[in-house]
Amino acid sequence: MAQPFLKKDDDRDDEAEYSPFLGIEKGAVLQDARVFNDPQLDARRCSQVITKLLYLLNQGETFTKIEATEVFFSVTKLFQSKDIGLRRMVYLMIKELSPCADEVIIVTSSLMKDMNSRTDMYRANAIRVLCRITDGTLLTQIERYLKQAIVDKNPVVASAALVSGIHLLQTNPEIVKRWSNEVQEAVQSRAALVQFHALALLHQIRQNDRLAVSKLVTSLTKGTVRSPLAQCLLIRYTSQVIRESGVNTQSGDRPFYDYLEGCLRHKAEMVIFEAARAITELSGVTTRELTPAITVLQLFLSSSKPVLRFAAVRTLNKVAMSHPMAVTNCNIDMESLISDQNRSIATLAITTLLKTGNESSVDRLMKQITNFMSDIADEFKIVVVEAIRSLCLKFPLKYRSLMNFLSNILREEGGFEYKKAIVDSIVILIRDIPDAKESGLLHLCEFIEDCEFTYLSTQILHFLGNEGPKTSDPSKYIRYIYNRVILENATVRASAVSTLAKFGAMIDSLKPRIFILLRRCLFDNDDEVRDRATLYLNTLGGDGSVVETDKDVKEFLFGSLDIPLTNMETSLKNYIQNPSEEPFEINSVPREVKSQPLAEKKAPGKKPTGLGTPLTGPTPVGDTYERLLSSIPEFASFGKLFKSSGPVELTEAETEYAVNVIKHIFDRHVVFQYNCSNTIPEQLLENVFVIVDASEAEEFSEVGSKPLKTLPYDTPGQTFVAFEKPEGFPSVGKFSNVLRFAVKEVDPSTGEAEDDGVEDEYQLEDFEVVAADYMVKVGVSNFRNAWESMGPDFERIDEYGLGPRESLAESVNAVISLLGMQPCEGTEVVPSNSRSHSCLLSGVYIGNVKVLVRLSFGIDASKEVAMKLAVRSEDENVSDAIHVIVAGG
Amino acid sequence: METCPSVKNILLLDSEGKRIAVKYYSDDWPTNNAKEAFEKAVFNKTQKTNARTEAEITMLENNILVYKFVQDLYFYVTGGEDENEIILAAVLQGFFDAVGILLRGNVDKREALENLDLILLCIDEIVDGGIILETDANSIATKVASNSVDAGAPLSEQTISQALATAREHLARSLLK
Repeated sequence: MAQPFLKKDDDRDDEAEYSPFLGIEKGAVLQDARVFNDPQLDARRCSQVITKLLYLLNQGETFTKIEATEVFFSVTKLFQSKDIGLRRMVYLMIKELSPCADEVIIVTSSLMKDMNSRTDMYRANAIRVLCRITDGTLLTQIERYLKQAIVDKNPVVASAALVSGIHLLQTNPEIVKRWSNEVQEAVQSRAALVQFHALALLHQIRQNDRLAVSKLVTSLTKGTVRSPLAQCLLIRYTSQVIRESGVNTQSGDRPFYDYLEGCLRHKAEMVIFEAARAITELSGVTTRELTPAITVLQLFLSSSKPVLRFAAVRTLNKVAMSHPMAVTNCNIDMESLISDQNRSIATLAITTLLKTGNESSVDRLMKQITNFMSDIADEFKIVVVEAIRSLCLKFPLKYRSLMNFLSNILREEGGFEYKKAIVDSIVILIRDIPDAKESGLLHLCEFIEDCEFTYLSTQILHFLGNEGPKTSDPSKYIRYIYNRVILENATVRASAVSTLAKFGAMIDSLKPRIFILLRRCLFDNDDEVRDRATLYLNTLGGDGSVVETDKDVKEFLFGSLDIPLTNMETSLKNYIQNPSEEPFEINSVPREVKSQPLAEKKAPGKKPTGLGTPLTGPTPVGDTYERLLSSIPEFASFGKLFKSSGPVELTEAETEYAVNVIKHIFDRHVVFQYNCSNTIPEQLLENVFVIVDASEAEEFSEVGSKPLKTLPYDTPGQTFVAFEKPEGFPSVGKFSNVLRFAVKEVDPSTGEAEDDGVEDEYQLEDFEVVAADYMVKVGVSNFRNAWESMGPDFERIDEYGLGPRESLAESVNAVISLLGMQPCEGTEVVPSNSRSHSCLLSGVYIGNVKVLVRLSFGIDASKEVAMKLAVRSEDENVSDAIHVIVAGG
Repeated sequence: METCPSVKNILLLDSEGKRIAVKYYSDDWPTNNAKEAFEKAVFNKTQKTNARTEAEITMLENNILVYKFVQDLYFYVTGGEDENEIILAAVLQGFFDAVGILLRGNVDKREALENLDLILLCIDEIVDGGIILETDANSIATKVASNSVDAGAPLSEQTISQALATAREHLARSLLK
């Protein structure tokens, strides 16, 4: 047992040595617990022992199962004592021990007796203990008493029963729901806290019934709610009702807004704040609605209580993200908070100011922040750095002072996360503000001269290699880079070598000098560094001749790896497992991003059909399909498989025959693979094929098919149909299908089929080949880089009105699936409540054309969604095609 | 946000960040190690602040933490990041003042340990399984103290001389030990 009482204060040394628990030991206390079994109970002593036991538990000591059971049984003996204080300790002890079901039975009768005692304190506490340890069966026995307790005259008893009800609702909802009449009565209680607890329970009982909740809110907002806590609760429920009912579009009035506004004049601060916060969080809140809430929050800003200032500034900070103008009125109060003793408040004030500030106030603000930065913790500094980054992007003209600020704090002490935030910010500013590039790069160069974080050094070197050669005087960076080769660890040295090579590749005049430096690296004691130096010397022609670097080399040096790393890993593992003479071919690595497990779970209601094997087992990935198709002679000449779609179900679940189709796209062909399975044990299907009607797909003409010879019960098989289409063109169309086959009866006992078959057919559902089928999901690791390097030559921008939609997230997902592209950098996730969203997509279109898409969405109060779509690709026709897809969808 | 205001834990630590009495209501800290690590983080983050006149507040691990110190006793209440800060502060104030009443104004670590049973009962009367039971210090103290032997008048109404007498008694007891 640790002794937490070693005080160092001299003046109270002798006193501090003493503690009632000094030298306490579990074994000894458990021995002491034997007094519980004495025939003549000493209540005072027993209380002391229980306190000691609770102390041990509180300090993190654990009792073994046997110890706990022993203590529990001896504690139950203490119910014999009439001492009130001891009884309370017994209750506490039982709750802490959380006995198991067969132990609970021992105390049930004692507790039930207490529940009906005349002492209020016994009743209240016995209810709480019993409900804490009880299970469903016991609950039905005590239900009657609990219902009585809910309407008990004593508020403590009623609250105890109601709070226990809230807990029990999680485990035994059907029982608690039967109490709603009593709970309803308790809501009208005159005791403040009973009303609060009753309201909480009543709402939880009815939470899935929107109408009932709405009625509850309507009646209570008109009536009197006594306790501030209950009032806060009602405000929460009211905002829920508001959220679900939406704005009255005719009058523009929001139901219950008046109630919320009225709460801003309540006498309890917690209610005022709850209401103000609820108003700021209303979806699509207008400036007129916001104003009164902002006004009370502004008053809180100058309160003497830190909690009020914090609550207000935190809420205003959130408001500033969506409605910066509404918060500007508070700027003067905010500025005085920068010097607040409480650093959390100061940080929130600064970041709010950074969001609401205008161009002219930037310099003054930066001055104030500089003083402030030295005495806050890293976590606050990161918040400030991020706020400054967005401010700089907002006011690019102010980059000089903001960049200076960043470089100053970069030089100061700080942990990795903090430094990374600064470096990231500088990198983003360099990319977005061309004027800031040169000074920013120099700041980074200075930073890596004395940087203890390998990760940051390598990141900066990589970035320097890409951006440095494009500056007016690239040679000045060489010194910083080569210093790394001399001074740093192997990882950083290797990166520096790559960076040097990039300078050499881009700037012919620097080549001879770069070669000299690279040759020196050939003597490095690390393999990777030497290998890189050798590689670059050879690719750049370092044998002495200074030649123009050709395009392939540049592509090699600067191009990003557009292959998903997981696919690369799998392919390499396969290559190692099957030794071969041939060199590894990087083009053989599939580029399709494997669908996330999340996406696979999407298909609901797809139960295994009868006893049969589920049709959709683990979906084979692209290269398995390619192997399968190229093994079929009819399709072998189609060339390289471009894309295979996911399976599209053509039958309802639980039908006799289950069929789905996979669309394989080739450059000039499309192959439909029908996966069929027969779920009737008494049947054998033979000569199975699909008749496809392509009359609604004019550009497609059937060129071949491969029927399935037999389809026995429970063994899936495939039949194929191939179509020709214009080369490299994203033809679309609708196909209707009929499954044709010969049925033979099978004797289930012997498994033998009859000789004669009957021709039959089975109608399948239609499916379409859509534009998204011609798009392969290929992610890019850095979208902004890819976007910049693609250039604006074939950029096409247009705006679309998507009409009223369910939500922003729903619209974003609809457009993503329409285009069939890979969302990048997690931009497919739409934060809830946001009014606008940007989404980045990348993919490869048929004909191996890289496509990048930037989507900007906005939603207004009436859920009308507008979208701006910017496409960049390597081919203007493809850029146009993307717009055609969206316009057509 | 449709949920009832709730408390994730109540902590009473000493001036070295060691536990006097703690109670957790949330599963965020499943093991004793996790709890101790949280308490350490809480203490390190707050020990240098001045929370002796007014309750102070900060964020920690996506939780809101309100706290108040007196002598060598450090009181904390933690809630989720969406919780109403002022409600949490009300819980803290209730706890703080109730302990003050129960310890008859001698609010320090030693007195708290001497009366650990009262402190534990006090926490038990403030929050039940995360749900706020009572925030009024007098009510809390009355509920706790009505159990003790001298359950006469509410403690808050004790006169100064009575309080002094009890203090003297405590002093005498400690000298005799």
